[in-house]
Amino acid sequence: MALLDIHNLTVEFSTGSGAFRAVDGVSFTVDHHEVLAIVGESGSGKSVSMLALMGLLPWTAKITADRLEFDGKNLLTMGPKERRRIVGKDLAMIFQEPMSSLNPCFTVGYQLTEALKTHMDMSKAQRRARAIELLEQVGIPGAESRLTSFPHQLSGGMNQRVMIAMAIACHPKLLIADEPTTALDVTIQAQILELLLKIQKDTGMGLVLITHSMGVVAETAERVSVQYAGQKVEEQKVGPLFAAPRHPYTAALLSALPERATMKKLPSIPGVVPGQFDRPQGCLFSPRCVFATDLCRTTPPPLKEGALCHYPLLNGRPQGHPGKEAAA
Amino acid sequence: MIRFFLKRLALTLPTFFALMLVTFMMIRLVPGDPIEVRRGERGISPERLAQLRHEMGLDQPVLKQFWDYAWGILHGDFGTSIISRTPVLHEFFTLFPATLELTLCAMVMATLVGVPAGVFAAVRRGKIYDQALMGAALTGYSMPIFWWGLILILVMSNTLHLTPVSGRVDLIKYYYQPVTGFALIDSLLSGQKGAFMDAVRHLILPTIVLGTVPLAVIARMTRSSMLEVLEEDYVRTARAKGLANWRVIGVHALRNALIPVITSIGLQVGTLLAGAVLTETIFSWPGVGKWLIESISRRDYPALQGGIMLISAAVIVVNLLVDLTYGLINPRIRHGH
Repeated sequence: MALLDIHNLTVEFSTGSGAFRAVDGVSFTVDHHEVLAIVGESGSGKSVSMLALMGLLPWTAKITADRLEFDGKNLLTMGPKERRRIVGKDLAMIFQEPMSSLNPCFTVGYQLTEALKTHMDMSKAQRRARAIELLEQVGIPGAESRLTSFPHQLSGGMNQRVMIAMAIACHPKLLIADEPTTALDVTIQAQILELLLKIQKDTGMGLVLITHSMGVVAETAERVSVQYAGQKVEEQKVGPLFAAPRHPYTAALLSALPERATMKKLPSIPGVVPGQFDRPQGCLFSPRCVFATDLCRTTPPPLKEGALCHYPLLNGRPQGHPGKEAAA
Repeated sequence: MIRFFLKRLALTLPTFFALMLVTFMMIRLVPGDPIEVRRGERGISPERLAQLRHEMGLDQPVLKQFWDYAWGILHGDFGTSIISRTPVLHEFFTLFPATLELTLCAMVMATLVGVPAGVFAAVRRGKIYDQALMGAALTGYSMPIFWWGLILILVMSNTLHLTPVSGRVDLIKYYYQPVTGFALIDSLLSGQKGAFMDAVRHLILPTIVLGTVPLAVIARMTRSSMLEVLEEDYVRTARAKGLANWRVIGVHALRNALIPVITSIGLQVGTLLAGAVLTETIFSWPGVGKWLIESISRRDYPALQGGIMLISAAVIVVNLLVDLTYGLINPRIRHGH
């Protein structure tokens, strides 16, 4: 049985100008010991679906799903009190901005031991010892003296290490990392990713890595789910995905990698992810897709060969496509 | 921490000096002087007037007068009241505890009620409770103090006979020597049965009247600050740890939300100390406010100057304390960020 099983998850926000659908019928599973990457541009609903899972969305969000199960427990019918026993213990999350994600008013030690105090039956001395152990585990030098530091006294990279230490404090079964390296220096990014993967390997926890960088995906994930405008457009093992993407969006993301550039100018995807008011009728990617036909623009695409597309790619060629003239 | 303290202390010295200068000059800009006020309707001869002015040093150049006054203050001498002929310092410290007691009680009430009310309103944002509370706060904030005081006396004392109308203690039933000057403490020390409760009953109405405006300000301030903080990433992190709701709100959010609220509490204490005048007048409360008003009409320069200086000193001390609390509660300030 999968560790995490999400089926047909939809999240809608009620706004002043009507409902906005941030996540639209997304499904995926994560197994024990598995690393799943969720890729997509900003605004594609990657974070929102995970925040929904954690129960961290504001009250304006309406969450519906056919199935939302973690470790065999149904999160949909669970009360908030029961959920808090899982969240922070078996199910942990780290965020994009390490500097603002730690409370500026409390020491690193306080914030680290807090989760232990809530979920584990430990004495004060045991908690302190575990906190030092955790800081050492995430590679913070002088761990013991760092317990009394405040977040503003540490660098961004160090703060993200503290966040990781906090998240893994209670031996979670699944760790969700929401763009953990986006706000960091390039040199630090690789270190943090390596650290996350090492911990994942050592502890055998599942890891969901939310990112918008295909480069990060290539280095870390086993399986990849590509999201666009709240929908999952494709899911594959990382090898086949890089070798033969099925969805034009995935292909476009991959060709935007500098390493794959064949021309002098780096290819990009024109336009932006549609928002609340410019949602297309048919395929959501159609306004930006080079292969889009009238069919794409008017009819929502079916799930064909693992991709949400009317003309899924095979070796870079759209299958069953009427030809370039029709796409103009 | 000690360096932080000394630095803050040093910064108050120029403030104090500027205050001294401004008070001194302002009073002399008001027409009339102590002699003119006292000469009465029959008047006195110009020679006598000049002589009296000379005795008080009022014929000296203003800068020389200021220099003498500043020199005196540097040596701890605030002068002698022209009217009562007692040292200003002594008079002030006899009256100040009454004002301080009232101010503290009002502030404690405003904080103890205002902060939880603001937090609650923020958590229930947009719901009935929030709207009712913020409506009440706006009403409280715009309430004319003297009218509010009179209404309370009318209802609570006159009609319901729940509280006394004025004063600090029922002098017919109880008498005790002022030891600390605080009615609450002195009545306890006196050991007389019922004296303490009597002092409490006398305090209730003035406390409510003086505390209404700061209560409204603190509640609104707490609410808006809390709403802002609840959106912060670290609050999300706290929730992601699976902490209980009260812990997320009462510890992680509140501590951050209190930073601006404490500043406003500090500023309120300042205004209350100086502005208890109306409340003291309504309830015949024997405090500094009433004394200052009387000094103004009598042009009692030394009493007025000294009183304002000392009140200002108290305000400066309160602000210093606020800054220190700030450092305690917000580590980024303590570390010089």
